[in-house]
Amino acid sequence: MKSGVLNLVVKRLGIAVVTLLIVLFAVFFATSMLPGDTASILLGQAATPEAVAGLREAMHLNDPAILRFLRWLFGLLHGDLGTSYANDMPVAALIGGRLVNTMKLAGVTTLISVPLALTLGICAAMLRGSLYDRAVTVLSIGVISVPEFMVATLAVLLFAVYLKWLPALSSVNEAHSLTDLVRIYAMPVITLTFVISAQMIRMTRAAVIETLSTPYVEMALLKGASRSRMVLRHALPNALGPIVNAVALSLSYLVGGVIIVETIFNYPGIAKLMVDAVATRDLPLIQSCAMIFCLGYLLLITAADIVAIMSNPRLR
Amino acid sequence: MARAVASRRSFLGHSYNLVGVVASLVILAWTLVAIFAPYIIPHPIGDIVDDDYFGPMRQGLWLGSDYLGRDMLSRVLMGARYTVGISLAAVSIACFSGVVLGMLAAVTGGWFDTCLSRFLDAMNSIPSKLFGLVVVAAVGSSIPVLILTLAVIYIPGAYRFARALAVNINTMDFMTVARVRGESTAYLIGSEILPNIIRPVLADFGLRFVFIVLLLSGLSFLGLGLQPPLADWGALVRENIGGLPFAAPAVVVPSLAIASLTISVNLLIDNLPQKIRDRDA
Repeated sequence: MKSGVLNLVVKRLGIAVVTLLIVLFAVFFATSMLPGDTASILLGQAATPEAVAGLREAMHLNDPAILRFLRWLFGLLHGDLGTSYANDMPVAALIGGRLVNTMKLAGVTTLISVPLALTLGICAAMLRGSLYDRAVTVLSIGVISVPEFMVATLAVLLFAVYLKWLPALSSVNEAHSLTDLVRIYAMPVITLTFVISAQMIRMTRAAVIETLSTPYVEMALLKGASRSRMVLRHALPNALGPIVNAVALSLSYLVGGVIIVETIFNYPGIAKLMVDAVATRDLPLIQSCAMIFCLGYLLLITAADIVAIMSNPRLR
Repeated sequence: MARAVASRRSFLGHSYNLVGVVASLVILAWTLVAIFAPYIIPHPIGDIVDDDYFGPMRQGLWLGSDYLGRDMLSRVLMGARYTVGISLAAVSIACFSGVVLGMLAAVTGGWFDTCLSRFLDAMNSIPSKLFGLVVVAAVGSSIPVLILTLAVIYIPGAYRFARALAVNINTMDFMTVARVRGESTAYLIGSEILPNIIRPVLADFGLRFVFIVLLLSGLSFLGLGLQPPLADWGALVRENIGGLPFAAPAVVVPSLAIASLTISVNLLIDNLPQKIRDRDA
């Protein structure tokens, strides 16, 4: 039986690798199928045809697309992400610090939102149908139904405009003390926490409620176990798999969330870098950023699937 | 949740509750606004009608003025055209292609099914906002490109949903009978499967519409969606974001417009009669 799980996990990992290749391929082609010619864009309108031809040759733009894709892939494996068009710096150097900033933002958000959402979600499932449950459900549907930028603007209106507790913009470089640091991270983290938690609360609540409707929980009820014992001892251990799955899936919403949040709060992370790169059509930079995002997203959804496989008692 | 307090009424054999009725009225209102916007706006959208920028709500300028002193009410009403129109076009393409492919894959099976499912699953592993950003970077953001991009992003989801439903129907006896009769694939998916999955597919259509409205607004908010002088609701928030420190209505109202539409669609689907909403068909 053990080998069955192992097989499934290995198979899932294999699918993840194939998916990653297809995604890389898609990203590469989407960005290299530009209507404009990269060489003439780089040299500007005044360039002579000879200069454009020379640059095309130097950049290997005349090679077939598949060859360029393989060369790009080969470079990736060696840690060579190419050179930015806009300012002629290695992409790796541009991304490095920004990636750390984004990871910090995502990490802090995860640390806050996971315990918060699990507590709220499990309590809502335990008190199903109560006023508290209804309030949590309505609130989370509300947050899911509105765009991230609306949550962000409302947070700014509340905390920066009316209450004047926090600054509206963040600039990581000016952090000198712990209070500075808290003030800088507060707004982006609050916004992201709202967006991520709403998803997580809904999924956690659904997972626990589903376990609560199983025969063995009913048995515990008939046996006379208290409500909290029923949930914490009987239902929760069995709902753990689905809950971890929900957490991983919800965290994948971070990928979309940071793009909006970093832009609106001017946070110097990798998403802001990418949005700026799209505005200047800096292809190598867009490709690398897109690849990092897809990689993170893929890791999270693969992790969610693997947890779901591992936690299925029928396969153990 | 709201079902307990809402009164029930009967219409066309289904019972609807108050929340569902209110939600559908809001959706109907925005649809009418989207169609008739040019005839009901109080001021032309490009005209500067206020001496002040980010003006407050007052008589004549019911929703205040924007960052150039233009009438916000007119701009929001016109914005409905783009937000609702583009999203509706995109979701129609996405659901039509996704559902047809999904039914086809379920009926045909074999290699066609495996390859298509694998490929679309891979497409699904690209975060939607990121996909939008990359495409906009590559081909720009005209309205047809936006519609197609949004449609392509949500085809895999619609496919997966329809295929899962169709696979269940495919194992039924009446499908075997139809096959034995020698019916064509087109007949099988059009006359045998589709009528059995149409209701959950329509509920899915509504959910996907919400996703698309949110994604379009997000892209426009980043400045990568609809380009000026056209402005959908997301773009209206973006161009007036400077009014945020003054809590100007110009930045709040378009956000509320998006929220009213998306929350209404979600609530309507949540409050549909169980028979329609039931995902197991």
